[in-house]
Amino acid sequence: MEGKQDVAEGSEALTSPYVLEYTYRRSLGPVVGRFLTGLREGRIEGVRTASGRVLVPPTEYDPESGAAVGDFVSVGVSGVVQTWSWVSEPRKGQPLDRPFAWALIKLDGADTALLHAVDAPSADAMRSGMRVTVRWRAERVGSIHDIACFVPGDEVQAAEPVAPAEPVRRMKSPVHMDFTIGAGRTLSRFLEGVVQGKLLGRRCPTCAKVYVPPKGACPTCGVPFADEVVVSDTGTVTSFCIVNVPFEGQTMKLPYTYGSVLLDGADIPILHLISGIPADEVRMGLRVKAEWLPEGERQPTLASIRWFAPTGEADAPYESYAEHQ
Amino acid sequence: MRDVAIVSFASSSTPHSDLEDVEMLAPVINEALARSGVPRRDIGFTVSGSCDYLCGRPFSFVMALDAVAAWPPISESHVEMDGAWALYEAWVRLQHGDIDAALVYAFGKSSQGDLRAVLGAQLDPYYLAPLAPDPVSFAALQARALLDAGRCTERDLAAVAVRGRRDGGLGASSEEELLRAPYIASPLRAHDCPRSTDGVAAVVLVAGDRARQVCERPAWIRGIDHRIEAHSLGVRDLTRSPSTELAARKAGVAASKVDVAEIHAPYTHQEIILREALGLDGGTVINPSGGAVASHPLMSAGLVRIGEAARRVLDGTAHRAVAHATSGPCLQQNLVCVLEGDR
Ligand SMILES: [Zn+2]
Repeated sequence: MEGKQDVAEGSEALTSPYVLEYTYRRSLGPVVGRFLTGLREGRIEGVRTASGRVLVPPTEYDPESGAAVGDFVSVGVSGVVQTWSWVSEPRKGQPLDRPFAWALIKLDGADTALLHAVDAPSADAMRSGMRVTVRWRAERVGSIHDIACFVPGDEVQAAEPVAPAEPVRRMKSPVHMDFTIGAGRTLSRFLEGVVQGKLLGRRCPTCAKVYVPPKGACPTCGVPFADEVVVSDTGTVTSFCIVNVPFEGQTMKLPYTYGSVLLDGADIPILHLISGIPADEVRMGLRVKAEWLPEGERQPTLASIRWFAPTGEADAPYESYAEHQ
Repeated sequence: MRDVAIVSFASSSTPHSDLEDVEMLAPVINEALARSGVPRRDIGFTVSGSCDYLCGRPFSFVMALDAVAAWPPISESHVEMDGAWALYEAWVRLQHGDIDAALVYAFGKSSQGDLRAVLGAQLDPYYLAPLAPDPVSFAALQARALLDAGRCTERDLAAVAVRGRRDGGLGASSEEELLRAPYIASPLRAHDCPRSTDGVAAVVLVAGDRARQVCERPAWIRGIDHRIEAHSLGVRDLTRSPSTELAARKAGVAASKVDVAEIHAPYTHQEIILREALGLDGGTVINPSGGAVASHPLMSAGLVRIGEAARRVLDGTAHRAVAHATSGPCLQQNLVCVLEGDR
């Protein structure tokens, strides 16, 4: 069912492209490592379980009993398609860049099936029960991709020899995912305000506290926010830290100060840079004001405020921000 | 065992939401709480289900806690799974006997990322993930095995889609019309695949007499169990779901007539496998909500099945309902829950 949503009206949510990308280095262990070493050498090996079944590809434990597996067994490079599906538009990273079939293939001498690609001219050439044979990649490195694919039939093609090397012990597992992350309506509205040089908070209908930047719900009451409240761009430093340590991507000259600023009219401090004052003179209670980038240079991000700088007013009394310690 | 009942359920889903997680969750959680009659302060345990890969950031569930008022501090837990497994944890927690009410919720926005890549990340990293197979192709291997075994036809798959679309409010269609569409991963067509949505769901569980006090007709959890199979497709008989069969036996599905079953079958052929595994016959109404064919909010789709089954017990249209949730490639893991009203 489609639910009704009770949030700020009249704003388009902002989105941003976002990439999650990293590479794991995995240890392969004695079973997977030996299997992949075998592929590099043009050989397919399974393991025999206590019940006598031969698992290909091999696992460290029998999936049926959890018992450790026994000896390695060489199996055939040809086998029978158990089931298949047709890929008309291959994706990056798949074994073939032209239409192909995925198939679960039970190799001769194995009791379980291996997933791989079958290079068939069309889906019409595929059927369950057909025989297929490995086509080896010429450059083999100890990866499941050392099998380039399978082809229909029984014609065995010898693997080209590769230079002798140490057994395969590790592999790289790259992960790459593309996202389009949405800021949601509440935060989008706030960020649109930032572009206009305004700080728009939201008031909780239950506890009456004003949050800036506002969230999707009041974290102490769990209810969506109600009224929008324009919050002042002046405030009080409630806490701070001085950064003396360089790190990658740093754009500020050391030492600099990062502080919690309780904006006038808000109930939750925001975190931002404190500047226009020597780091050793920054103190709790210091009154500060936002220094905005010029209109036209502002983006929907808090970096549109360059930093907060002292107003020159007398320090705020401790009681006025004690709640935020 | 302590009697535990579902006393309320709320959910929302849409193909592409411009709300962020907390904006989607807060109204739905508040609706479930309001319907439950249980004050927020009486919730003794809160547990959620979601997936960091789907959100694109680690520990994404801690941000979502804004939706549940976690101050003063609450007792909270999270599973990196569909919310159905969060409900299982809540049920176990209520067995301890020291609290009477629990809140379960789940959330996921599939529209933000590439589901093929996200679901690919759950695969064995040595033999499967490097080949970059996608979830539709995996499901197609299973569908082909079922067709080859003579257990269904492509028309049977279309019939599942026609019913799901009709019951899920997507309108009338015919098997002929659907079968004219091209394959997207032979033997599967678009109608055989889940209709991906962004969604959230929330359920309130209450134990013992307190459930009868707050709810006219609690949906009692009479049995709940979940089981898992090996990950590799090549060691499994893809035409059966032994983990569902076992979970159904442990949950006591066969003890008496099942009026309604909500089955979490992302792909049409999986409903056929699961109906058999659950031992359901023609006397059971299957997926009156429309099921995954109508809406598949990843991470809450299983919890929605439990909620939809409970809804029919709560409103008196069913006395005994079965809900099922699945996770992992080709039905690797399955949860079965039996719900009953008071006579
Ligand atoms: Zn509040």
